[in-house]
Formats: sequence, C-alpha cells, structure tokens
Amino acid sequence: MKSFLRSVVSRRMMGRHSRSMSSNPSIEFTPFKGYKLEELPDNKIETNKEECLKFFREMALYRRFEIMADTLYKQRLIRGFCHLYDGQEAVLTGIEAAIKLTDSLITSYRCHTHQLSRGDTPANAFAELLGRESGCSKGKGGSMHMYYKKNNFFGGNGIVGAQVPLGAGLAFAHKYKKDGGLCVSMYGDGAANQGQVFEAANMAALWKLPCIFVCENNQYGMGTAIDRHAANHDFYTRGHYIPGLWIDGMDVLAVKKGFEFASQWCRDGNGPLFVECQTYRYHGHSMSDPGVSYRTREEVQSVRKGRDCIENMRNLIIEHGWADSAELKAIEKEVRKEIDEAVKAAKAAKELPSDHLTDDIYYQERPSFIRMIDEQTSLHHS
Amino acid sequence: MLARQVLRAMPRRSSPGGSSVNRLFSTEMTVREALNSALEEEMKRDDNVFLMGEEVAQYDGAYKITKGLWAKFGGDRVIDTPITEMGFAGIAVGAAFQGLRPVCEFMTWNFSMQAIDQVVNSAGKTYYMSGGSIDVPVVFRGPNGPAAAVAAQHSQCFAAWYGSVPGLKVVCPYDSEDARGLMKAAIRDNNPVCILENELLYGVSFAVDDAVLDPDFTVPIGKAKVMREGTDMTVVTFSKMVGFAMEAAEELAKQGISLEVVNLRTIRPYDRDTIINSVMKTNRLVTLEEGWPQSGVGAEIISFVSETAFDYLDAAPERITGADIPMPYAQGLENMCIPQVPDIVRVVSRMCQGK
Repeated sequence: MKSFLRSVVSRRMMGRHSRSMSSNPSIEFTPFKGYKLEELPDNKIETNKEECLKFFREMALYRRFEIMADTLYKQRLIRGFCHLYDGQEAVLTGIEAAIKLTDSLITSYRCHTHQLSRGDTPANAFAELLGRESGCSKGKGGSMHMYYKKNNFFGGNGIVGAQVPLGAGLAFAHKYKKDGGLCVSMYGDGAANQGQVFEAANMAALWKLPCIFVCENNQYGMGTAIDRHAANHDFYTRGHYIPGLWIDGMDVLAVKKGFEFASQWCRDGNGPLFVECQTYRYHGHSMSDPGVSYRTREEVQSVRKGRDCIENMRNLIIEHGWADSAELKAIEKEVRKEIDEAVKAAKAAKELPSDHLTDDIYYQERPSFIRMIDEQTSLHHS
Repeated sequence: MLARQVLRAMPRRSSPGGSSVNRLFSTEMTVREALNSALEEEMKRDDNVFLMGEEVAQYDGAYKITKGLWAKFGGDRVIDTPITEMGFAGIAVGAAFQGLRPVCEFMTWNFSMQAIDQVVNSAGKTYYMSGGSIDVPVVFRGPNGPAAAVAAQHSQCFAAWYGSVPGLKVVCPYDSEDARGLMKAAIRDNNPVCILENELLYGVSFAVDDAVLDPDFTVPIGKAKVMREGTDMTVVTFSKMVGFAMEAAEELAKQGISLEVVNLRTIRPYDRDTIINSVMKTNRLVTLEEGWPQSGVGAEIISFVSETAFDYLDAAPERITGADIPMPYAQGLENMCIPQVPDIVRVVSRMCQGK
C-alpha cells in the first residue's frame, strides 16, 4: 500500500506538462513494468479532445451509477450482495477503448459498469439491480449476474475465480471459430490466488489461447490486504511462464495503451498474457463491508485526492484547454440527470409476473413437472 | 466402432423392451461401440462439437470410449487436457457460452468433485440467472458409480447429487440403445447434460435394431423405458442395476412373481408418468440403485410416489441401495456393499408375500 501511495507523488510531478498546441498531444504516464517481455510499450500515448471528453463522461457515468447503487442499496431497493466499482473506472474504460465488442469480456460480481460498457442502458441495469422485469436477466440475476450476450459480455459471476477458466473457454471458442477475437478475463487480487486461475493459465499457454488474464489489484481481497493474502503480490508475474504487464490502473490512457499492446499480442497468436492493473476501490468489498476496519479513512481520502481517475482526466482536459471547469461540471450534471432518469424508469418497472418464474430453467422448454413448495402447489405442464 | 459390428441372421432374442417387429437380422453392439459411434456421428454432423478430457485423444481414451476419434478428427477437435478438472470444466463451459458444443469427459465422475462448481454454478444455473440469455450447450460425461475393487474414493455414484440440481439434465444409459440414443440427445440438447455411464457396462454387448443405428437416432431425455412388463411389483432403477433387475426378474418368475422393470434412463427430469402408471398397475414399488441410501435417487422416487399415488400402494415402498459405508477394497466386503441379484430377489420376494 505504501508503494501505491508513493507513486501518487511521483505521478503529479511527472511530465504531463505538455500544454502543447498540438491537437493530438502525446501524453506520458507511469511506465509499464514487464515480466518476461522483451519489449514494453512506451509510456506515452496520443490522444485528443474528443477522446478525453469521451473518457471523462464514461468514467463519470460509471461513478455516478455506482454512487446511485449505494443509495438504492441503503434504501433497501437493491438487496442481497452489491459490490461497487467506484475508483476502478479507468481500468474498464481503458480496456474497452482498446478492444472490440466482438471480443469477449468476463468478470466477477463487481460487474455493473461492465454491463454498461458492453452496451446495456443504465435504466435496464438499475432494473436488474431492483429485480425488475426489464433488467438484462429479467430480475432473476441481480447485482452479481448481469450479462449482455449480444456484445459478448458473459457476466457477472458470483463465485470468486470461476470466471477465469470460463474466460479461457471463451478465448478457446474464438480460436476454434477462427474469428480473430480474444477474451479479457478479469479478476481481483483476491481471486488471483485461486488454483483454477493457474489451471486456466496452463491450458491457455499450452494451447496459445487468445486470453488476457487481468488482475484488478485494488489492494484488498475482501478485508485482507495483499501482503497478508499473497506470498507474491506482483500479480503480473504470477503467470510464471506467461509474460506479464503491470499498468497504472488509475490512468485510463495507460490502461488503453497497455491493452492495445496486450490485445495485439493475443491477436498475433502469442497466446495468453497476464496483466495487472493497480487500482483502488472507494467502497468496501461489498455494501455489507464499511471498508474501514482494514484500512484508514486517510488512506481512502488520499487516493481520492491524488489518484482519482476522473479528477486526473479533468485536470488533463483543462490543462490542454479542451474544456474548462464549468463545461466539465455541465457534463457531470448531465450524467447525473441521465442516471436520475434511469433510476426513475427502473423504479417504475414491474417485477416479472409470477407465471414466468419457471421460465429459463431449460432452454426454450418447460419441464413437464416442477415441484414447488409442496406437492399440491406443484406445476404440471403438458 | 460400426466397423466391428457383426450382422447375423438370427432369431431375435427377447432383448428387454426391444422393438416389437420381428427382424431376421440383428446387430450386436457393445456400450463402448455405441458411445463411440454416437460421438463420431455427432462430430461429423456438427463442426461445433468437440471433445476434451484426460487421455481422450492420443491415448484413445482411458476406457477407449473415444478410440479412433483423434485420428479421424485431429487435435483441434479432440483435445487432451492436463489433469486439472476445475480448469478444463470451466473452459468447456466458457466455450459453450460462445456457442461451441463441448463434450467434456471426466475420467470418472469422482473427479468431477474437483470441478463441481463449474458444473453446477457455471453450467447448471447460468441460463436461469441470465433470464434465458446465455445458454450452455455443454455435455459432461464419464463413468459413474462403483467399478470393481477401486475402493472408496473411486466408487461414488453421483446420480443423486447432480440429479438434485435444477438447470442440469442428468442421464444414465444402461444398454447400447440407451447409450447411443442418450449421447446423441445430450449433444443435441442446448442445456448442460451430465451423462453418467458405467465402466462395467462398456464391454457388454446388446442387440440393437436398425433404427438404433440411424445417425439421427435419439432417445428422449426425460422418458423412462419399461424393460420388462410385470404385474406384481415395480422396480425403478438405472444403469448397471437394470441388468441385475432383469436377472432377478427371471429368478422371481420361477417363484411366480411377475416383476416390472422400469429403466429410468433419465435421473433429471425423471419420468413421473411411467413410474406412476406402473405403480397403479402393480401396487408395489421398490427402487434399486448402487449409490448411498441417504437422500438417494430411490428416496426421491419413493417420496414422490407416496405423495401422488399412495392409494395405489398395497405395501410400504422400499429401497435397495448401496450400503452406507465408504466402499471397501476387499472383494467379499465390496460385494456386501453393492446390491447383488440374490439381494433383489430376496427383497422383492419378501415384499410380495401375501400378495
């Protein structure tokens, strides 16, 4: 954790001082670290006003969505488990900027914003959280089980680490079908110790599957800090015989550049890659975890002040004269309005009618008999 | 393999539940040949079908079920995996998410416990959890239950465990017709299907009709088969015990007891109608399985019959099961733990006293 905070200081002093007049300036960021990689991508990337404003808005949308989810949870409109992504937005945004919607994406239960990045509407995503019919899973999945098959998003997986072999399987299918696609298989530092991660990585390496194994290292596996749960917490090196890349996950431009490299690596047939995005979550592990028993409020605040991905993008945009503070606030206001309307629509949506309870047990087929609470109320279908 | 079939002109022996049409020609086929030919035909039929598992390719299969398929279809479609069930079961499910149709072998179903989360949580539940948006057309297959002398860790029957999971389909072939038909049905089914085979049946030869040899022959999942009609008692069973029940039926016939043998074929969803109709006719029920008694398949069958057809029962239904003991190695001890034909005869005979 100390090294994470130390990089705050060096970050601000770094040469992002290019108030260049170019409309496509090259922006520097914290250098990548490599593991068994002969060449690393440069720690700079060209960008422009349009792209940065897009990133700003996107991350602001994800941030606002998660803040609203927090509110809805406290109102008991979202129930059960709810794992929020605020703080980590740059990782997802940077990845999606580098890959295609025809590539597969899979992650853990911290999946609300992935549902949005893959194309679902905030209204439908909230509807799923509220258990309403218009949700992507008709309200049958909830926070942890969101999917968007049309754009190759496969959840939303509740069991820690299970998504990693699934991701290798998605990559396997892309290779089998020869469609040029790859899979980004995301997991946390907690999941990084799971045996099945190594099983999947072994097969991905043997069979040269186009799979990017992405560890979002937010410093804590639930309530346990990385130095207490991982004997080696350089997660990008955990692939052993598989090369790895470390990225400053708080910087969307760094993530984009890193994933341009990683996706090209896979598409060139080099097999899998391990990527670690160093990041941070502002909330606890889930809404049941206040997130302050294992870390200090000062720590959380210092990340908000010095490393926040949205604030840093704001500063970048302003420095380059692409927009002023008021214009960016206006974007945020518009995002708030969009989210508020989405919540309103979701709240108005109805829960799935009970006669649809027994749909979707089997594929387009209803079992001829479904036992309910007792024999008398059980359901017979001819 | 189909090449090894022998076409003979012979009087049709009364293969239990066989076609009512008298045929001059009959084909013999082992369960192994049945499974192998079904896999080959389904792989020919649909390029998305592929096989994976330990030793399935270059070794031709630990039990030779996949023999010759790597040579025919190559290493892109018949894939040897490392000994990492959780990993490769997850890969199979992920591949199915993206539209492929994997047939994932567990060398025995005992090893599926390494991967049970992927089978149950990733495969079984995903279609429902996604509100019907992500279907999972994966098949898990392999030998299940006791073999011979393989001791406790290699002898467990998983019919009850996987059979209890909504979202999965679980089938248990007995003979070659079952094996061909259920394998094909399972591969064509868009749901996750677990095929619980039996190692000791692989080498057993059964007569099959021409209809069974058709490349589009399937056995419907969810339908039981009455292997032998009877009037005094119904035995509901599956897998290897079907054969034992048939032998017991011959013995019991000499005592004047007429046993109706119902081959479940599918554990989930099991065929309630066939069972109820049989009990309505015979008024007595015994279930028969190799697995453990507590919360077993028989416990389920008897519960539902008692709930729905109690008035038709003239006697309390009973279970014949494996013993509630981790399977011992020594032969005599092992035999005491698995139902034998004399056990079935003894129990049915007692239950029919006074009928």
